[in-house]
Amino acid sequence: MTDTSHLPSVFNNWFGSRGWAPRAHQLELFDKVTAGNSALLIAPTGGGKTLAGFLPSLVDLHHKREADKRKAGEAKAAGTGGLHTLYMSPLKALATDIHQNLEVPIEEMGLSIKLETRSGDTPSHKKQRQKRLPPDILLTTPEQISLLLSDKNAERLFADLHYVILDELHELVTSKRGDLLALALTRLRKLAPNLRCIGLSATIAHPDDLRAYLVEQPLSQQVHHAEIVQAKGGAKPHISILETRERLPWSGHSCIYALPEIYEEIKAHTTTLVFVNTRSQAERLFQELWRINEDTLPIALHHGSLDVGQRRKVEAHMAAGQLKAVVCTSSLDLGIDWGDIDLVINVGAPKGASRLAQRIGRANHRMNEASKAILVPSNRFEVLECQAALEASEAGEQDTPPLREGGLDVLAQHIMCVACAAPFEPEQLYEEVISSQSYRHLDYDLFVKAVEFVATGGYALKAYDRYAKLRPTKEGLFRVSHPQFAQQYRLNSGTILDAATLKVRQVKPRGANSKRPLGFGGKMLGEIEEWFIEQLAVGDTFVFAGQVLKFEGLKESEAYVSRSASQDPKIPSYQGGKFPLSTYLAEGVRNFASDPNSWSSLPGQVREWLELQKEKSQLPDYERLLVETFPRNDKHYLVCYPFEGRLAHQTLGMLLTRRLERAGLHPLGFVATEYSLALWGLTDLGAAIKSGRLTLDDLFEEDMLGDDLEAWLAESSLMKRTFRNCAMISGLVERRHPGKEKTGRQITINTDLIYNVLHEHEPDHLILQATWTDAATGLLDISRLGHFLSRIDKRITHSALSRVSPLAIPVLLEIGKEPIFGSATEELLADAADDLLLEAQL
Amino acid sequence: MRLNSQLQPRVELSYRQPIPVCHDLSLARELVGLHDSGALWWPEERTLVVSDLHLEKAASIAKSKGLMLPPYDTAATLEKLSALIDLFDPRRVICLGDSFHDCESSERMPAAYLAMLATMQLGREWIWITGNHDPEIARHICGERYQELSIKSLSFRHEPNEEAERGEICGHLHPAAKVRRMGRTIRRACFATNGNRLVLPAFGALTGGLNVMDRAFSDVFTEKRFSVFMLGNGRLFPFTASKLLSE
Repeated sequence: MTDTSHLPSVFNNWFGSRGWAPRAHQLELFDKVTAGNSALLIAPTGGGKTLAGFLPSLVDLHHKREADKRKAGEAKAAGTGGLHTLYMSPLKALATDIHQNLEVPIEEMGLSIKLETRSGDTPSHKKQRQKRLPPDILLTTPEQISLLLSDKNAERLFADLHYVILDELHELVTSKRGDLLALALTRLRKLAPNLRCIGLSATIAHPDDLRAYLVEQPLSQQVHHAEIVQAKGGAKPHISILETRERLPWSGHSCIYALPEIYEEIKAHTTTLVFVNTRSQAERLFQELWRINEDTLPIALHHGSLDVGQRRKVEAHMAAGQLKAVVCTSSLDLGIDWGDIDLVINVGAPKGASRLAQRIGRANHRMNEASKAILVPSNRFEVLECQAALEASEAGEQDTPPLREGGLDVLAQHIMCVACAAPFEPEQLYEEVISSQSYRHLDYDLFVKAVEFVATGGYALKAYDRYAKLRPTKEGLFRVSHPQFAQQYRLNSGTILDAATLKVRQVKPRGANSKRPLGFGGKMLGEIEEWFIEQLAVGDTFVFAGQVLKFEGLKESEAYVSRSASQDPKIPSYQGGKFPLSTYLAEGVRNFASDPNSWSSLPGQVREWLELQKEKSQLPDYERLLVETFPRNDKHYLVCYPFEGRLAHQTLGMLLTRRLERAGLHPLGFVATEYSLALWGLTDLGAAIKSGRLTLDDLFEEDMLGDDLEAWLAESSLMKRTFRNCAMISGLVERRHPGKEKTGRQITINTDLIYNVLHEHEPDHLILQATWTDAATGLLDISRLGHFLSRIDKRITHSALSRVSPLAIPVLLEIGKEPIFGSATEELLADAADDLLLEAQL
Repeated sequence: MRLNSQLQPRVELSYRQPIPVCHDLSLARELVGLHDSGALWWPEERTLVVSDLHLEKAASIAKSKGLMLPPYDTAATLEKLSALIDLFDPRRVICLGDSFHDCESSERMPAAYLAMLATMQLGREWIWITGNHDPEIARHICGERYQELSIKSLSFRHEPNEEAERGEICGHLHPAAKVRRMGRTIRRACFATNGNRLVLPAFGALTGGLNVMDRAFSDVFTEKRFSVFMLGNGRLFPFTASKLLSE
């Protein structure tokens, strides 16, 4: 059927021996790349994507070896040249997986191709050897490539590079790693003129972004694109929302109500993947499933905090088909090939249409059969979100974010990288940098500022010229002034800055009054964020690695825990890993909530809830913002429904609190959910609005993103955390030093102080600029808030009520469960200190 | 002429800041005030005490490690100190050691900062207690040098003495305290005292803090028999050690 004449016979024979034929998209990609082009392949999971990516390289290497053989006199059969192909993926595990999967065909076809992996864990003697005697194909990460590029021999090492394969490119480009990779590619293109890039991606909203990412951009406005190959989509997935017999909860994220129904589905299928959004949800659900697991079905747990050994074990059992279900987080979102999964259950809201599509793609690797997925909303609002995601899936809509602008902190790191390899000419390097799609809008002045930053810190006050790290040579090149700095770069480079974590080690429990020291040498359970452990007192219980544990104490960088018999653990309040609600789905939810004609597809309970809202208050209009005010238990509440996601709502809550404070209305606190925001205080806000003392148009005026935001940010711990990341990535502070690893805690203190000094004295410094950009799109979601505020400008509906409205119930129920903001640190301290004074007077 | 009779700091009418909020503390029968800036005010002697200025810290790190921290810390610290001097108009200033981040710092300090310092020193007695970071202070910098100094029943030194001493005022440790309130932890620099000795927080702009629950404090205070005063905005927050969290 397919024309396979493109491939050498040894490849065709191999496909034949397996009873396979190369797929159309594999051959199309092969042709386009072999013709000398870079290309992007878009294919669903399980579409033979990885093999497709490697085919051009394997065939090329095969031809080379054949030619070598013909030149028999030179008797050099294998490993003659330098690196031929680089493969990069966002996950180390993926590289290991690919290594194994690739060795099979290489061996079976009898190709003499040397394949190796390189990651942070690779022993240094092997790393050294790889530089001297590189393999044909190197499977690695963007960080390792940067490190290799900073080597003095980089030019020689990469001169013969032909192919770069970027797996899961849609995932790589969403973070600063993508920026780092974009810059590394510009360098590689310069060193290896024959280079072709092959991007492999899941279905995305803006494929042209990735096509532009893969190739060199011209200095003109014109955008160059790589070729594109689209695999034909498999059968449409079969997605449904769980039809529950139970009462749908008002709020919360646990989905405990649906537990028996989830269990039934697991029982009825061969292998089920149960996706949840956060690690704490995974722990909780896993616990609860085992509580009702009367048939002792083999159900396992998989998330990013677990010990690597444990994770590998689960993966192996899964591949061997020994598990009935795995409860997992995004740690399994990416394309590791697993056994036969016939059902995906998504617990909680999917948060994004594309995210859901990728998760569903995990089920059923045979492309022609429909994958099956069930969505389990954990509360009433999430029903709306699930419905919106389901409709998006039917329409094939995608909502992946557009390509990010490259970060200035990463640029600074790259400048140092280049300087470590050889002295550079600034204008040449600038042209090289802007040849990447991610940095093409960077202007020269900013680039020069970045170079100055690397050299002397780039301060208006030129205090450090005599200590400069980069110095100009007579020829106008910039060179590293001391080898110590190159060493420092190598120790501190990289863009992945996980929150400081502590190892969790299981020890024997201690008696309450025991003075005996903590036991040691127990089993390692995994890693947990330092800030979470900080919240615990000795004796507190929490769920981790699928068991209830008691916190026994801290010892250096390890948290000691023991098994607890407690049935009522303090659940990890772990917030990390929560995905923001995509703008696309948010719009869907807004649509549903505002339009009764669309309710027919919703479950009865949800319909009734919305009907009730219509009757008691009003429905949030699609174009306008609904604001409700009502009294409850001596307090006055203001609830609004922006549907813009928790991060944007938190920022909004913070800013509104400041404004209300200034208006003398004494707000006490606020709480935010994905869909709504509630503020409360002792003053009657409804009356204040009616009397005209407070106008909603002014309260929600867009200018809050000016001075109010500025003033709040100066104090915000989120901003300081963001600054810390930028400071480390840019090389302003160190991540590690030979021999002495700083703890996360120490770094936090230092960068907070640096932030304060810098913010006060040079607020437009390059690194503060980078911090601001990060915050705007990241933790604070300012850009989204900005869009929202301009959308609802002067379009606010006030509904003054005498009691809580049906739609407001979910957010009010979050009070006490979610951290409450708004009470300033000073007041908290005063509160605590006064308690003590009272005590003292007794 | 004003004499010692005035116990309250003099407040200029033109000065718009509120009157300094101090927490009174009796130490070896002397009444001293703790200020929310981290400074100590001894009204009877009209003496202002600050500790661990670490001037030129950023420059020192830029030189030794190539980390280009913002070069504004010296100015920030001096400005903060200068504002205090305007506020209290002290007759005597005692810097409790580690005033300069390293021995070269005093040597190298830019002229503008030297001028700021000299202006502050005008018309008052200035005492540098030497610390582990600055055993030597460059000769061109005015002020008397002491390893330690006793005035009335109070003694001033950089590091706390090994033997508990009544009325000892020291720095060196950069005390900070952490409390938990409504699910949030709050960490601040603080004064720490057991009624006999008082440890001052670090005053410098780029100086971090060490938790008072750390082992390093176990030689200074016996178990949890001490209190801290966490620095706030216009006030101090007192806590007994038993209420504090370790790191």
